[in-house]
Amino acid sequence: MGIRERLSGNEAAAYAMKQINPDVVAAFPITPSTEIPQYFSMYVDNGEVDTEFVPVESEHSAMSACIGAEAAGARAMTATSANGLSLMWEMIYIASSLRLPIVLSLVNRAVSGPLNIHNDHSDAMGVRDAGWIMLFSENNQEAYDNILMAHRIAEHKDVQLPLMVCQDGFITSHSIENIELEDTDKVKAFVGTYKPEHYLLNADEPMAVGPLDLQAFLFEHKKQQAEAMRNAKRVVKEVSEDFERTFGRHYEFFERYYMDDAELVVVAMNSTAGTAKAAINELRSQGIRAGLIKVRMFRPFPAEEIAEALKNASAIAVLDKSDSLNGCGGALYEDVVSAMFTSNIHVPTVNYVYGIGGRDTTTDHIKTVFTDLRMIADTKDIGNPYRYLGLREE
Amino acid sequence: MSNLIEIRWHGRGGQGAKTASLLLADAAFNTGKYIQGFPEYGPERMGAPITAYNRISDEPITIHSNIYDPDYVVVVDDTLLDAVDVTAGLKESGAIIINTTQDAEFLKSKLNGYNGAIYKIDARKISVETLGKYFPNTPMLAAVVKVSQIMSDEAFLEDMIGSFKHKFAKKPEVIDGNMAALRMALEQVEKVN
Repeated sequence: MGIRERLSGNEAAAYAMKQINPDVVAAFPITPSTEIPQYFSMYVDNGEVDTEFVPVESEHSAMSACIGAEAAGARAMTATSANGLSLMWEMIYIASSLRLPIVLSLVNRAVSGPLNIHNDHSDAMGVRDAGWIMLFSENNQEAYDNILMAHRIAEHKDVQLPLMVCQDGFITSHSIENIELEDTDKVKAFVGTYKPEHYLLNADEPMAVGPLDLQAFLFEHKKQQAEAMRNAKRVVKEVSEDFERTFGRHYEFFERYYMDDAELVVVAMNSTAGTAKAAINELRSQGIRAGLIKVRMFRPFPAEEIAEALKNASAIAVLDKSDSLNGCGGALYEDVVSAMFTSNIHVPTVNYVYGIGGRDTTTDHIKTVFTDLRMIADTKDIGNPYRYLGLREE
Repeated sequence: MSNLIEIRWHGRGGQGAKTASLLLADAAFNTGKYIQGFPEYGPERMGAPITAYNRISDEPITIHSNIYDPDYVVVVDDTLLDAVDVTAGLKESGAIIINTTQDAEFLKSKLNGYNGAIYKIDARKISVETLGKYFPNTPMLAAVVKVSQIMSDEAFLEDMIGSFKHKFAKKPEVIDGNMAALRMALEQVEKVN
């Protein structure tokens, strides 16, 4: 059993970083992730960590400093949200292509514009093809646990990719909830020491990082990145299993909630998955066979496994907290239907864009989705596959 | 989750409603409960209406939305009665607790026909007497504990002295006043309907 505590999601993320005590943290504050570097700088000031804290002047510099630190052979972490991530954009791709296992806490917020500080997943979805491992967290506990696992996954010799741990801005980042923390010595033993194979400060192996890479090699390097991302799947599984052996909490690529006999299934990520669980508990008490797939590992996407988990459903709704504005469905929906099609599984599946800009999503909203799924399952007619949930004047 | 208690706080920016909701979450946590304490963030200005929430349960809480059908509503500033629909969704089996000096008839006239229990407390008077300043959140915190019976008065006071010792480590002189405010509020919160 861990240590019973109550923390906000931001406090949980900062506490995990304190326990990990990375070599370098470089960050620039932005709502709603501001508290993470704020708390962390307090730990630096108090001497609770011996991290080199770099209070940079922008997020572009935050990611650049992390890249420099990792390339030098150090373990680096940062945190940001929304437009902060947008400003990192250039360096996000450079971090992954240089195979630098930086760990980023992304506290999800709507990307401007117009200006909005509240939660949706448009920031994360903007970097879904950037070569970062992406783990999503339903609550403070999962944000904490995912960060404790992050370095082991990212730094693994078969992976060497940066990793971001997502949680919902305000909804979990600013909500005080119960959490089980782990003993710092045990955390340090679990996370281990970073021992990079190649690094700039190794005087015995002079090397260049990030030189020109043209027609002759870039293609092969991208293939290696893709291969590393595929390897990450195995490593996420191994590290999650070791995490469970060490700390007792169970994690897979995705969580199955009442899926054994589920007929009507919702697929969602982050805090809304918890709200969906509450809705499903009510529906189950009425005899409705409702279930949930909560995607934890969005990159790499566990395509075969999700398709397999959904194959016995009668109707499926994929909830996207970001609108891809492409006329054909959100990012999670595209991945889920593509995974099913590729596995030759054909279940009526619709998409709901919801919660944009912090629009609140309630159990009643989720229940209306299951009502729609009942009708789709009964009539075999999906109607409009591209729907909205919680939109006014629908 | 039949044992789930949901509380909505209405205050004005600067009155400490958010802090009170976090202190309530803390106190309930310390008696072994599962808790949530979270504000609804909007434009942050002194004096603007703000809302904060608590969920308290014997079982883990997974729901992550605002609260629309609360068991209890706490109104930290009675001028909000004209500005905000404070009884929206409030269960009639629950109660509303208002910081006010107004009488029952006046309060009823402001509550859109709400038929549940109405409690009032003069948090200003308590605060000024015990702290010398107007900090309504401390008395309101005690009032909601008393009315909702989330925990016993004794367990609450014992927990709060610990919290205040921690919170006011750098100005211990205010601890006694805050504890006096809590005790006075536990005694003075009054059912008027």
